[in-house]
Amino acid sequence: MKDENKKSKMLSIVKEKKASDISTYIIVATAWAVFEILIANGMISSHMKGLLVPMVYYAIAAVGLNLCVGILGELSIGHAGFMCVGAFTSVMFSNIFAETFPAPVRFFLAMMCGIAFAALFGFLIGIPVLRLNGDYLAIVTLAFGEIIKNVINALYLGYDKEGVHASLSAPVVLDAETGKMLINGPLGVTGTPRDANFSVSIVVLLISLFIVQNLMKSRDGRAIMAIRDNRIAAESIGINVTKFKIYAFTISAAIAGAAGVLFGHSISTLQSTSGNFGYNISILILVYVVLGGIGNIKGSIIAAAVLYLLPELLRGLSSYRMLIYSIVLIVMMLFNWAPSVRDFRSSMWMKIRRRKEN
Amino acid sequence: MALLEVNHLSISFGGLRAVDDLSFSIEKGELYGLIGPNGAGKTTVFNLLTGVYSPTEGIIKLGDTDITGKKTIDINKEGIARTFQNIRLFGKMSVIDNVKVALNNSSEFYYGSLHGILHTPKYHRIEKALEKRALELLEVFDLDKERDVLASNLPYGKQRKLEIARAMATEPKLLLLDEPAAGMNPNETAELMNTISLIRSKFGMTILLIEHDMKLVSGICERLTVLNFGKVLKQGETKTVLNDPEVIKAYIGE
Amino acid sequence: MSMNFLTYLISGISLGSIYAIIALGYTMVYGIAKMLNFAHGDFIMVGCYVVFTIMGMFNGSAVGKIAGVFVAIIVCTLVGVITEKIAYKPLRGASSPLAVLITAIGVSYLLENAALLIFGSDPKSFTSVVPWEGVAVKGLKIQGVTIVTIVVSVIVLVVLQLFVHKTREGQAMLCVAQDKGAAMLMGINVNKTITITFAIGSALAAIAGALQCSAYPALTPYTGAMPGIKAFVAAVLGGIGSIPGAMIGGIVLGVIEILSRSYISSQLADAIVFGVLIIVLLVKPTGILGKNIQEKV
Repeated sequence: MKDENKKSKMLSIVKEKKASDISTYIIVATAWAVFEILIANGMISSHMKGLLVPMVYYAIAAVGLNLCVGILGELSIGHAGFMCVGAFTSVMFSNIFAETFPAPVRFFLAMMCGIAFAALFGFLIGIPVLRLNGDYLAIVTLAFGEIIKNVINALYLGYDKEGVHASLSAPVVLDAETGKMLINGPLGVTGTPRDANFSVSIVVLLISLFIVQNLMKSRDGRAIMAIRDNRIAAESIGINVTKFKIYAFTISAAIAGAAGVLFGHSISTLQSTSGNFGYNISILILVYVVLGGIGNIKGSIIAAAVLYLLPELLRGLSSYRMLIYSIVLIVMMLFNWAPSVRDFRSSMWMKIRRRKEN
Repeated sequence: MALLEVNHLSISFGGLRAVDDLSFSIEKGELYGLIGPNGAGKTTVFNLLTGVYSPTEGIIKLGDTDITGKKTIDINKEGIARTFQNIRLFGKMSVIDNVKVALNNSSEFYYGSLHGILHTPKYHRIEKALEKRALELLEVFDLDKERDVLASNLPYGKQRKLEIARAMATEPKLLLLDEPAAGMNPNETAELMNTISLIRSKFGMTILLIEHDMKLVSGICERLTVLNFGKVLKQGETKTVLNDPEVIKAYIGE
Repeated sequence: MSMNFLTYLISGISLGSIYAIIALGYTMVYGIAKMLNFAHGDFIMVGCYVVFTIMGMFNGSAVGKIAGVFVAIIVCTLVGVITEKIAYKPLRGASSPLAVLITAIGVSYLLENAALLIFGSDPKSFTSVVPWEGVAVKGLKIQGVTIVTIVVSVIVLVVLQLFVHKTREGQAMLCVAQDKGAAMLMGINVNKTITITFAIGSALAAIAGALQCSAYPALTPYTGAMPGIKAFVAAVLGGIGSIPGAMIGGIVLGVIEILSRSYISSQLADAIVFGVLIIVLLVKPTGILGKNIQEKV
């Protein structure tokens, strides 16, 4: 019995993932269509409607983080920091050029701006961080994430005819006529045009999916996975480990930045608080990645959607909902990962299969 | 002219001289053996040749190029590929992807990152060629049927073969095999010997082999270096070396 | 040296001592179970609420304070051991180390939300468990709780060092930390050793909790989260797995935090603390007292 079990595991064949890739796009598109129909027919509460954009940007962040955790194999607990960078840089762009461009163009450029800055931060942080290993790397990414959040929270930034004014300690004094406040310290950024809606967010999600899924099936993707599986062997076959690590980390940060851009453009006041961009948010995204399956992009999206909406679905249970949520999380982890449960599941599976054969 | 020339190679870890004044050269197409008791410094020699360690003294030349102290990836690009004593495959990747990822030293299979992300026609063309080349290699090693199996799910003997196939995919001039027969049963060892002769006849590969299995060594190696405590104990034709009383003493004891 | 600086330094050492006690628990659990117990900070919060409740029952009398701390230690030990048994142990040997990390996050949510249900979200004002006013030396006033905190942390450090190096259980811990498989082959009961580690770590969390809430008396369900993270940072800073390292890391962190809060900016204090961690790890990737282990080819 045990032996057969092992044999069936051994022959477990990795199917070409082409079909699975396409199914991911289909799932996302279907979810979009379903929600749009529900909205059009007024079958969805306005509260629920407000959750759709966050659900999508957390899914995007999870896709980005999965590239780092699942494909590159490095644990990051700082991705909320990259979201923060993407959100603030893009929102500032939108505010500065609020009157210059028509809304779609402005949002597109803001998106590019947010992604570029998040990528730049990912690149600069990646260079020192990726020299570390395992949990040390994780705690340093957490540290960088917290630094980004705290510094932006303390930052006063504005400009007037005399140029740019910035301070980390006190509000900047600007010329009354020409002055424009960009970031008002802990009060953050206000009055951003709300350019991000559900459909736009879905498009960004599809593009992130396209990038990550295609990357995984390219030369670069294979090199990145080879480093994850065995760094020393990867070096021995001529793979530039540092280069590919930084490359993957940068793209991962850029995608988190895109999620941040949507975040920043879906609320009117953007603040760099712990509740928005603290390590708890990085952990929240990590939970989606692990529960959806490390390295499984489709799983990340489904887990993000389900887990983000779950507390809302439990709303009827009022104050017990977060308690239930945490228990569900623990039970799901045990069910998915505990070796004893896994063995039990596969043996049950064998039994069912054999019964069918008879 | 010798393909690999090692002159007065030494390395010290703290006070310990793990390899001490080692010199040897390998001719093109030769199968050269490096043997010695446990802890003699054989794997350290491999680590020196592949740039994992930098030698304290000595020069390593591959053809005309001095590769002493170069980085692992550059040495691989110069033409040395290796396998590992404790198998190091890319376990969560399929068998064919293990080979594909190693086919990265030839410009024939290169496309830029953007092609890879956008899946342009160039990507499809080159991926097709990659697939073909990888399959050819897998066929040589009789692994083509397992192409989509995860590398970590292969049986032991096939994992060893896949590691050799992967090393061959980097198109080396010199192949280093670190105890390829370790942990194999007699059948698997015999099969491995066939595989090694196949690599030589088919690709004209030059091989440096670390081995414990005397039968394997005496069966296929032309010349040997015997290491003991980091120093050369004996060097020369396989038959003469293996019958040398000192070598026998080092291996079997008094 | 100005009087202010001395005051800040001492309160930094005191805060650092609390971090150190928490970090000792963190570092032991990490060293032996090889897991980041993200719920460790919440064990502190559990301890605080227990002390708070018991003290309330005794109307803040001295007996209540002693009983409170005592019961908190027992409750936290139980919570730690039970958590390990139910949530962490089944995941030993899981194919990814992330599995147990996420489960620990689940446990953290569970404890926080249970506390939220029982005690509500409004901050409880905590009466110090140290009734002593403190001393004043030449105008330098040092609070009782500050002195007690520093003394307790030193005692904890010494006792732990003795325990680890002088007792059989402690020796077993060192073995398990180095090689679980080999320890098992040598006849060491690995499960029992891990349980003991969790028990000690959680008991330390209870002590840290009582001291922390005495110094910073607002108690909420999230009281333990940030000190938990900071203590983990302290453990990494000092070299994770090292008991003296946790102590050094904790004190360094506390002092830097208080000094930057006082002299630079209270908003940027945390950023500076994390900045120091990054710099230390970049110079010495395994922390101040950590051992550097290279993968063998």
